[in-house]
Amino acid sequence: MKTLRLTDTTLRDGSHAMRHQFTRQQVRSIAQALDRAGVPVIEVTHGDGLGGASLQYGFSHTPELELIAEARSVCERARIAALLLPGIGTRKELKAAAERGVQVIRIATQCTEADISEQHFGLTKELGLEAVGFLMMAHMRPPEVLAEQARLMESYGADCVYIVDSAGALLPDGAYARVKALKEALTIQVGFHAHNNLGLAIGNTLAALEAGVDQIDGSLRGLGAGAGNAATEVIAAVLDKMGQNPGLNVFALMDAAEYIVAPIAPYQPLPDRDALTIGYAGVYSTFLLHARRAGELYHLDPRSILVELGRRQAVAGQEDWILDVALDLARRSQDKPVPQT
Amino acid sequence: MQHSAANGRIKVAILGSGNIGTDLMYKLLKEPGSMELALVAGIDPQSEGLERARSLGIPASTESIHAVLADPEIRIVFDATSAKAHMRHARLLREAGKIAIDLTPAARGPYVVPPVNLGAHLDQVNVNLITCGGQATIPLVYAVSRVTPVRYAEMVSTVASASAGPGTRQNIDEFTYTTARGLEALGGAREGKAIIILNPASPPIMMRNTVYVVPEGDFDFQQVAASVEQMVSDVQRYVPGYLLKNPPVVEMRETPWGRSAVIVMLLEVRGAGDYLPTYAGNLDIMTAAARRVGELFAAHLLSSKEAVA
Repeated sequence: MKTLRLTDTTLRDGSHAMRHQFTRQQVRSIAQALDRAGVPVIEVTHGDGLGGASLQYGFSHTPELELIAEARSVCERARIAALLLPGIGTRKELKAAAERGVQVIRIATQCTEADISEQHFGLTKELGLEAVGFLMMAHMRPPEVLAEQARLMESYGADCVYIVDSAGALLPDGAYARVKALKEALTIQVGFHAHNNLGLAIGNTLAALEAGVDQIDGSLRGLGAGAGNAATEVIAAVLDKMGQNPGLNVFALMDAAEYIVAPIAPYQPLPDRDALTIGYAGVYSTFLLHARRAGELYHLDPRSILVELGRRQAVAGQEDWILDVALDLARRSQDKPVPQT
Repeated sequence: MQHSAANGRIKVAILGSGNIGTDLMYKLLKEPGSMELALVAGIDPQSEGLERARSLGIPASTESIHAVLADPEIRIVFDATSAKAHMRHARLLREAGKIAIDLTPAARGPYVVPPVNLGAHLDQVNVNLITCGGQATIPLVYAVSRVTPVRYAEMVSTVASASAGPGTRQNIDEFTYTTARGLEALGGAREGKAIIILNPASPPIMMRNTVYVVPEGDFDFQQVAASVEQMVSDVQRYVPGYLLKNPPVVEMRETPWGRSAVIVMLLEVRGAGDYLPTYAGNLDIMTAAARRVGELFAAHLLSSKEAVA
């Protein structure tokens, strides 16, 4: 039987919940705990990938390249991965990350735009690294469109392509059908990355497993954008009970979640009002904190901002539209006649 | 010689028959000014752009750069191919004594953004138009930096997926490098950063740009707002669909230089619809800038010719 591979993204997707304020010490202790618990791949990057530090997404407390080097220095077995979104990060940052010891590059595009990633897959393979493709916001397109896009990534040299439910908007049958379509269309591995906005991160991960997925993502305590990801420690416990534990130490991961991540997490990601709205409206999970902030500034219900972003079909990385929508909504509410008392 | 300067126009060619080249063709036909479009050259026999050129009576060739070099009367060449191809074209055109107006992000010659430095490089044989996002956002950064020093400028360009051709898609890193350098070199920011996002929404979205500017220190908001307003109307003279959606917004944000005021400008660019639909404002602003720069070079060539005579 083939082994399912788990990538932990606490130190990348979790960077959103941390507002990109991870410190060297935090990265060292989390990476070391994951390594010792048998997690084979650990992703470390700004939440929006290499070069993501910006006004658009938030600047990093510590440069990501230094955090990558810290993680690398404490891992004995685990490989270090970094995320790259073409259009945000470039081959320059990719090379710099490789020099700091990254061994897996995960290249993410909007699920219809795979053909902007050819340069980056090319360089990744040229450097002798593993290349993983990410089709983001995968709920926005049907399985056959995703399969076509995944084939492009395969042709550029991808070793695996992920269905990425960036909005946490998929239901289990949708997750199953998308993974299945890629399994049938590709000769390489297929992955699944979940968000818990509808409370389905674990359920969808299991549906992906049913469809034959080869790689899955988790994060400790689910620390990630929106309502967070499938919790790594929960995945480990569930797989173990299914008799499919790929070598993860369940208790060690519970401890890492409980004693290392929980104390530093600014909040526990969960499908609360606004995160649930993200899954319901089908918008990018990282909009959560930005929409809350805009809601406070312009006296708006963050849900109205999120729903309008969904209506405008905003995609991954379009945080700047939040201000645009907030200003429009604020103007509209001012235009309403003031009730006479 | 019936197409030479005898009729008071300079012969120009478009190299590249994709979206940009074709849109530029329509602009040059609509408003030729001192230019006469003598050739559209591409490589693909199936090219829709070449077919359109032929149907409009414009000589078209699949011999690309060779067709351009073969006509000594062509004085100005708009290169709308790719950064990689332009690296090669730049040398060949220089050797042939032709002026290159480069619409790729190759950046062999100095950058030109019409309302910022038009006319500063008339002695050059190769000028570069940066990127569509650069043409859209550098004027706004410059509008701030001419009244108060700028520590950092960041632009986020969102374009409709349908308006991004294969050149943009295969060279997306060049877009970010060249645009960021343009924000610094012409925009006047000490440091620049560029982000591009392709949005596949249906119906397609208008080109949108968000510009974030971190001033060096205290600044006079009224002065900044007035400078930006002036700049917007300057750009509108050649890109009528250039629209600031709101007056500049000031927000306090955490930055590497401490908590700081950030000026945020939300820009929409509606295209003229010359070739692609109006949502493709990214192409429109590029070809409109190219036409304006070409016109200036052509007028300059005509006047220096008269001076010699």
